[in-house]
Amino acid sequence: MDAAAWGLGAAVLLASIVEMVEALTIVMAMGMTRSWRSTLMGVGAALVALAAFTAAAGYALATWLPEAALQLAIGGLLLIFGLQWLRKAVLRSSGRKAMHDEDQIFAEEVAAARKAGEVRQGGLDWFSFMISFKGVFLEGVEVVFIVITFGLSAGNMPVAIGAAVIGVLLVLVVGIAVRGPLSKVPENTLKYGVGLLLAGFGSYWAVEGLGIFTDSRQSLDWPGADLAILVLIAAWFGLSRLLVRTLRRPEPAPVPSTSGS
Amino acid sequence: MGFIRGFGQFWYDLIVGDDWKIAVAVVVTLAIGTVALLAFGVPALVLTPVLGVALMAAFAIALAIDVRGH
Repeated sequence: MDAAAWGLGAAVLLASIVEMVEALTIVMAMGMTRSWRSTLMGVGAALVALAAFTAAAGYALATWLPEAALQLAIGGLLLIFGLQWLRKAVLRSSGRKAMHDEDQIFAEEVAAARKAGEVRQGGLDWFSFMISFKGVFLEGVEVVFIVITFGLSAGNMPVAIGAAVIGVLLVLVVGIAVRGPLSKVPENTLKYGVGLLLAGFGSYWAVEGLGIFTDSRQSLDWPGADLAILVLIAAWFGLSRLLVRTLRRPEPAPVPSTSGS
Repeated sequence: MGFIRGFGQFWYDLIVGDDWKIAVAVVVTLAIGTVALLAFGVPALVLTPVLGVALMAAFAIALAIDVRGH
């Protein structure tokens, strides 16, 4: 595997872990408070829907778009998507947005599950089925989006799919062992890292894909070829640290004591 | 109609997310890059790093506007 493939694998693996930790919180809350059978059936249905969605979207994109157009369209989408993650990371690190807290989300999901009345039909608890289906599908679509965009742009779908599957299995095994939400996973830091990788690869491919508008319709060359990706990731990191420092909210001034002691 | 609206909203939330200014910043920067490439014939080895820097500047501006708005 070359450097680009390692970067591709790392980005997809981390994204997969982050999204699956969020899905696991919802699944655990439904299973532990309502019905494990219905919850797991919801998870199964979501995985089938995700597999069908991946196959259809991947085939359509790979078949209908020429390489440079694919890089422009997918690189652009990946860049916008990655910059949203980076924006949240910068706002969280500078104290302008609350940190993502799995324990709090788990408590909210448990409260909602207990509050919902009996929704049983055909031997299934449809509340836990639907909530777990929605949670796994929505979080999974983000992973699928990254797998398809990264895999097609880098021309290495096996690495992208393999990394996503490893991420899902890792979260699943640890989740079963812990039997609760994985609040110890440094999700905010992981999202920051994935945001940087998406921004780096996304800007490389989006700009490269502008070549579709030239007469040759060939991708544009970056100085240093693939090495430019590393430079871009480093530059995005430098910019994000600068923004965190610039946007950081000042610490509240200590209240002076009036007791005299 | 409701399904189409819901489908569109889902993709908008997934890709564009909370801050549309970032999407606009990326699209405008790439559009300027295309004009520079086609109308002025800027060489690829010059244009690519310049656009990389421009994308970063556009992101910083979008974020600054967002923070100032809050």
